[in-house]
Formats: sequence, structure tokens, C-alpha cells
Amino acid sequence: MKKLRVFIKENKLFAILSIALVFIILSAVFAPLLAPYDPDTADMGNAFQSPDEDHWFGTDKLGRDVFSRVLFGTRVSLAASLVLVSSIFVIGTTLGVIAGYFGGKIDTVIMRLSDMMISFPGMVLAIAVAGILGASVINAIIAIMIVSWTKYARLARSLVLKIRHKDFVYAAEVTGTKTSRILLRHMIPNVIPTLVITATTDIGTMILELAGLSFLGFGAQPPTPEWGLMLNEGRAYMLSCPWLMIFPGLAICLVVIVFNLLGDSLRDILDPKFENQRRRALSMQKTKKVNVGS
Amino acid sequence: MKRTLAKRLLQMIIVLFGISFFTFCLTYLAPGDPVLTMYAASGTMPSEEIIEATRDEMGLNDPFLMQYARWLGNCLKGDFGTSYSMNQPVLSIIGEKIVPTLKLAFLSLLIMLAVAVPFGVIAAVKQNRPIDYLIRGCTFLGVSIPNFWVGLLLLYLFALKLGLLPVVSTGNGISKIILPAITLAFAMSAKYTRQVRTAVLEELNQDYVVGARARGIDERTILWRHVFPNALLPLVTLLGLSLGSLLGGTAVVEVIFSYPGLGNLAVSAITAYDYPLIQAYVLWIALIYMVINLIVDLSYDLLDPRIRESR
Repeated sequence: MKKLRVFIKENKLFAILSIALVFIILSAVFAPLLAPYDPDTADMGNAFQSPDEDHWFGTDKLGRDVFSRVLFGTRVSLAASLVLVSSIFVIGTTLGVIAGYFGGKIDTVIMRLSDMMISFPGMVLAIAVAGILGASVINAIIAIMIVSWTKYARLARSLVLKIRHKDFVYAAEVTGTKTSRILLRHMIPNVIPTLVITATTDIGTMILELAGLSFLGFGAQPPTPEWGLMLNEGRAYMLSCPWLMIFPGLAICLVVIVFNLLGDSLRDILDPKFENQRRRALSMQKTKKVNVGS
Repeated sequence: MKRTLAKRLLQMIIVLFGISFFTFCLTYLAPGDPVLTMYAASGTMPSEEIIEATRDEMGLNDPFLMQYARWLGNCLKGDFGTSYSMNQPVLSIIGEKIVPTLKLAFLSLLIMLAVAVPFGVIAAVKQNRPIDYLIRGCTFLGVSIPNFWVGLLLLYLFALKLGLLPVVSTGNGISKIILPAITLAFAMSAKYTRQVRTAVLEELNQDYVVGARARGIDERTILWRHVFPNALLPLVTLLGLSLGSLLGGTAVVEVIFSYPGLGNLAVSAITAYDYPLIQAYVLWIALIYMVINLIVDLSYDLLDPRIRESR
């Protein structure tokens, strides 16, 4: 408990952001309880109401409550981006570790594939894949997955290569440790921290890309309350009903900002290189103060 | 020099080959019947036999690899097939739309440079001062705001509320391209400002800067004559890479502003299951992107005497 208090004191920004994240997650989980209206129930008599006490964010062309829809949109965006990031994390890490540890032909194949993906604008391919597979949230996830696993594979491979030829690995091999055990006990734990940091900083980007695909019509389909899709639907009524595009956009910004800041501060906390630099900077400040005092 | 060029060209051909195979697989496996699409576009609904005959004629009943080989062979000859939905040669459609998209991409690249270089340099020089924090805060917002939302807000503000610029960006003229270009440049500028800051900071911490200061050379000369040229190399590389996101981002922006370019074309092609057009779009973007990055790599020779000497 005391440790936690010290941690919070040392990482105020991280603590505040974590609380914000918990709030976002809670509002996604408890959306059915928090939302004043059903997000899918049309009420044609109440279409295009501007924001007032009954409808905080106004209503859309079918009279659906925008606030409730934005709230439910949190579920879609959070779930989709978490599924996306965790799958590219698993796929990329596995392939990268295998490529780095075994080398040879497997390495060549995996790395050539990843070269191909990297020497190409990813979003263009994602749009093509999502469009051709048919518009749905799952297909949008698959599309972005296909173009983004390479980053994790490259990172995992380079981290594995750093320790591949260390004595402890050879020792494990010589003493007859099973390859699967070497991979699980020695390789994976070495690559996980850096990749977790990368994954956290990526969540924001992934939310943006998923919303972008939905905005183009290649992601979530109506009547799903998804932010990108809501922006697309609100586009036609922009002049008379600006609230239709303001609130979903604000929601995206808010969530993405929280995730991006969280990723940055997590990196500062976990990455020893960054941490050391920070400590050094801090201790230098302290010595300066001491000098001034004496 | 020649060997590097040959190696890069070979690499490019392999990647293009892979991309072509991938897109072909994708369209092969995709739902939607191209023959039906084609007839639907011309407004007639023929009988089963005619449909089957057309499939034979178009080679859609041949084995997969044969179809791929034929398609690839035609592409190499410059024939990308006929668009199902528009009934025109794909190459002429692409050729017509590629110029506006390149115009858009380069204008936003210019805007991005005009914003990112000065702000990045200022942030680096004034590291950890208020102005640095301000610039970093802005770049942070820049990467967190979705570009299609920025586009919508700009459209709302400048075109609808103030009536300064046209809502629909068809036709030519600078006023039609300016909003899409700013939208596209928005997120890129934020990213690039950060990269400029990092690159310049790295150079500012080098020993030669301390040496130059010790010799009493004034800060401005150090910055622009010594630090900046050295920071230029990584920045040019990153510029080539950002062009990738720029070309990918054009689709969303072109749709928002109804800008008549490749991205808009691709989105409608995908909606219409127009496979030849989609394949050509992906291949052409890949080609443009790779050619530009090749030029970037070759420009190292001009930018860095050390690389020139070592060859």
C-alpha cells in the first residue's frame, strides 16, 4: 500500500491518466445503465433536436439520442482496438521471435514478407482489403491487422537477435533444454516489455484508423453506434445540425488523447533507458539546488 | 553506385510482384460477381447462358494461376483491363485521376514542411522552455485528432459558415485544393515537427557543437550552417516515408471534399466491386511510393559528402 502511494506520488500524470482510462472503460461497460435512451430506438417525431436538457448531445436523423450513441460507441471502439492491438501483438511477436531465434529460411521468408508490407502505404492496402472483404468491424480489424503486424515482428526479431548468442542461451541449449522452453522462458520475457510499450502507444492510432475505415463506409455498418460511422452519417446535415459531427469527433479525440498520453507515460516509467535519463536529469537538478543552498 | 541502384530496382520489382499477387488473390477470393456488376452497370439483365458465356470470354472460369499470369502479363504490357463499372480502360481512368492526387499530396507536403521545419527547430533550440512545451502540446493534439474530423470542421467553418471556400472541390484552381491540402497536412505536420525536433536535438548534443561554441561562433551560424545540414539526412528519409501515410490519407480527405482524385476513385471502385480498378489503384500507389523512396535514397549522395566519398 505504501509502495503504491509512493508510485502514485512519483508518477502523478500516469495516475491521473489511469483514472481517466478507468472512467472510459467503466462508461463503456456500464453504457446500458448510464445511457438515458436506447441507442438504436428511432423516434421520428424527435429527429434533429438540438442539444437540450432531454438530449444532451441532440438527436440524429432518426431521432436517436446522440449522447447514448456516443456512450455506446465507446464499447465498439475500445473492444475493436483492443482486439486489434492484442492480435497484432501476438502474431507479430510470435513471428518475430521465431524469425530471430531460428534464422535461416524461416527468417528470410518472414522478413521478406514484412519488407513487402513496409515498403508500401499501409492504409491504402487496408482500405482495399476492408472494402473487398465486405464492410464490417471484423473485416476492418483484419485489414489493419494484415498491414500492421510487421512492426511488432521486426521489433521482436531485433530484440531476440540481441540475446540470441549470449552464453545463457547456449548453456540452455547445451544442457538439453527444450526449444519451446527456451523460447518461452528466455526469449519471450526479454521482448515483452518493449512490445507492451509499443502496443500501448499504438492503441490510439488504431482507434483512429478503425474510425477512419468506418467513416469511409468500410467498417461498422448502420445501425451500429460507431464514432466514425456517426461522423459519416452526420456529414450530410452538417450545416443545420453541427452537433451530429461535433460530439462523436470529440469522443474520438478524448479517448485517443488519453491512450496516447498513457502510452507515453508508461514508456517513461517502464523503459529503463528513458528512466535513467530522467533520474540523471532529476539528480542534476537536485545537486544544483544543494549547491545553491550551501 | 550502380550496384546499389540495381539492387534497389530488383528489390522494388520483387515487392511489386508480391503486392500484385496479394491484391489478385484478394480480388479473386472476394464476394460479388464481376459479370453481374458489369451488366448491372450497363443497365441490362441477360440470361444465365449469356452470363456464363461472358465469364468464359473474360477467362473467369480458368484456373487461378492462369488468370493471374494473364493479368500480370497484360499489366506489364500496360493494359490494366477494362473497368467493370465505367466500361473504360483502367489505365486512362487512373491517368486522369492521378494528377489531382499527386497535386494534393505535394501541396500538403509543402504545407507540412512550412509548418514542421520552423516549429521543430524552434522547439529543439528552446528545449524545455515554455515555447517547446507549447509546440509539443500542439503536436500531441495534432496526432490525436482524426484527420477526417479536422476536414469536417474546416469544411463547416470555412466553406459553410464563412462561405470563403467552395464546399465541393471539383475542377481546378487553388481555392478548391487548399482545404483538402490543409486537412491532409494537419496530422503529418504534427508528426514531422516531432521528428524535426528530435533530429535537431540529437545534432545539437554533438561534440562539434560544443567545439563551435568554444570557438565563439555565433549560435545562428552553428544552427543553420552546422547542425541543420547534419539533421537533414534523417529528415529526408522520414519525409519519403511520410509520403506513404500521405498517399493513404488522401482517400479519406478526397471523399470528404469530393475531390476528384485516386482516393475517391478507389472508394467508389471498392463499393462497386470494380476489381481491375482496385488492383490498378493499389499497384500504382505502390509504384509511386517506391519510386519516390528510391529517389530519396539516391539523394543521400547529394546531401551527404561522406556517403559520396565512401563509394
